[in-house]
Amino acid sequence: MDVLDALLDPLRSGIGRRALLEIALVGAFCGALGFWVVTERLTYGAESLAHGLLPGFVLAAIAGAPLLTGAAAGALAAAALIALAARDQRIGSDTGTAVAVTALVGLGALLALAPDSPQRLEELLFGDPLAVSDGDLAAAALLLAVGGAALAALHRPFAAVAFDPPAAAATGLRPQAVRFALLGLLAAAVAVAVQGLGSLLVLAVLVAPPLAVRRHTGSPASAMLAGGAVAVAAGVAGIELSFHAGSAAGASIALALCAAAGLGAARVRRA
Amino acid sequence: MRAKVAVRASALAVAYPGAPPALEDVSFAVEAGGSVCVLGPNGGGKTTLFRALLGELAPAAGSVHVRGRPAYVAQTERTRLDFPVSALDVALMGALAHGRWWLPARRSERVAAYAALERVGLSGHAGTRFGELSGGQRQRVLLARALVHDATVLLLDEPLSGVDPASARLITRLFAELRAEGRALLVASHDVESARSFDVVLCLNHRQVAFGPPAPTLDRAVLEATYGGEMIVLDEPGAARAVTVHHHEH
Repeated sequence: MDVLDALLDPLRSGIGRRALLEIALVGAFCGALGFWVVTERLTYGAESLAHGLLPGFVLAAIAGAPLLTGAAAGALAAAALIALAARDQRIGSDTGTAVAVTALVGLGALLALAPDSPQRLEELLFGDPLAVSDGDLAAAALLLAVGGAALAALHRPFAAVAFDPPAAAATGLRPQAVRFALLGLLAAAVAVAVQGLGSLLVLAVLVAPPLAVRRHTGSPASAMLAGGAVAVAAGVAGIELSFHAGSAAGASIALALCAAAGLGAARVRRA
Repeated sequence: MRAKVAVRASALAVAYPGAPPALEDVSFAVEAGGSVCVLGPNGGGKTTLFRALLGELAPAAGSVHVRGRPAYVAQTERTRLDFPVSALDVALMGALAHGRWWLPARRSERVAAYAALERVGLSGHAGTRFGELSGGQRQRVLLARALVHDATVLLLDEPLSGVDPASARLITRLFAELRAEGRALLVASHDVESARSFDVVLCLNHRQVAFGPPAPTLDRAVLEATYGGEMIVLDEPGAARAVTVHHHEH
């Protein structure tokens, strides 16, 4: 029973239990939401948002304010700046976004590396699920409850708009409003998940699960459920790895998620 | 007694934001149970007219009136073929027109979706993934979605383009049934020959070129004004025959 014993190790410490709970709550929601993020081709937008919120995140750390507030404000500011930079059609929206995001990451690093900044930059960039607070856990639980309810309520509009936007509009839906709702859920997911996984690694929990399951599921609902399950399983695997190999927890989870995505794609090629 | 008007456009002009009108001087009316073939070259204003009838684009001038919320059937290539939905799921999307989008579909709506699939001859494919169906079957599923929508006015974009002969026969028969139920059909088409089976034709080339019954309307002058360089007119005894040069926009 040595293996089982070893697997239960993280549960024996309060830090391990909290980390597992955090990744289970965040993974269940983000893995499900990721199906729509990938379907609506918002991956680059999600990455831009996650990286661009860094200055807000760092400012909250310096001011001693809750990091969630900083992440949410940073995400909003980043979304506004990216929208503004992407408007210049002469250079193309991708280029405008890239410049805006690089500027925001640079600004975030500048603030974080200032002598009086208390939080280490690497925790903000790469996350530390072993250091989540009660507030972080409450925010993750709220995200799963409210975000999950929103995903259920928006399921039919999301599907109709993704499949055939003009026909969805003809039934009375407003495709722009539906996409805006998806962006709102994405921003909330990033702001909460960035606590544990950091600005650079949070994208993995949104994008890797839908890639892992996309060829093995036959409907949006099954893709969302399977995506949530894969994210939770990979999150647990990452924490186990971190406990036993002594590796950084956020990076271990991100690698486990990406390995799941690779496995999901590889099985198709053999089939 | 006059039949009820299903669609009416009066001196309608439609423009995209920040651009000059893409379509001008459009005036026509369709009665319930009527059918209109909307002819015109690529970029001639067929889709723009549909977007105005759907309420997506507000009139820049004139007015437009449509009875109820029209159903829209796009070309099947415009849908996401990689999206994991079954034929039944797609048919059920028509039920969103009845509101309650935040709740799962009602049992009665699922029954209606099955009935619609049966009507288009696809009851055996309810669980088949949309992207795995043939072009003709996909078109029939989109029609089933419009049946579940239960609209008085149906707007269809090239419904017979790329469709196998059996599907085309079924779709044509369905059109006759829908008209008998009092629904009005507006069908955008490239095919001048198929236009001859409609009540009326509406010829568009950035403005209304002609509107009227096909036989007297589709003469050489009208066809040339409608299609310009996209068409070759073959003079045949009794009627001008037109062959349009296709180049689809994708």
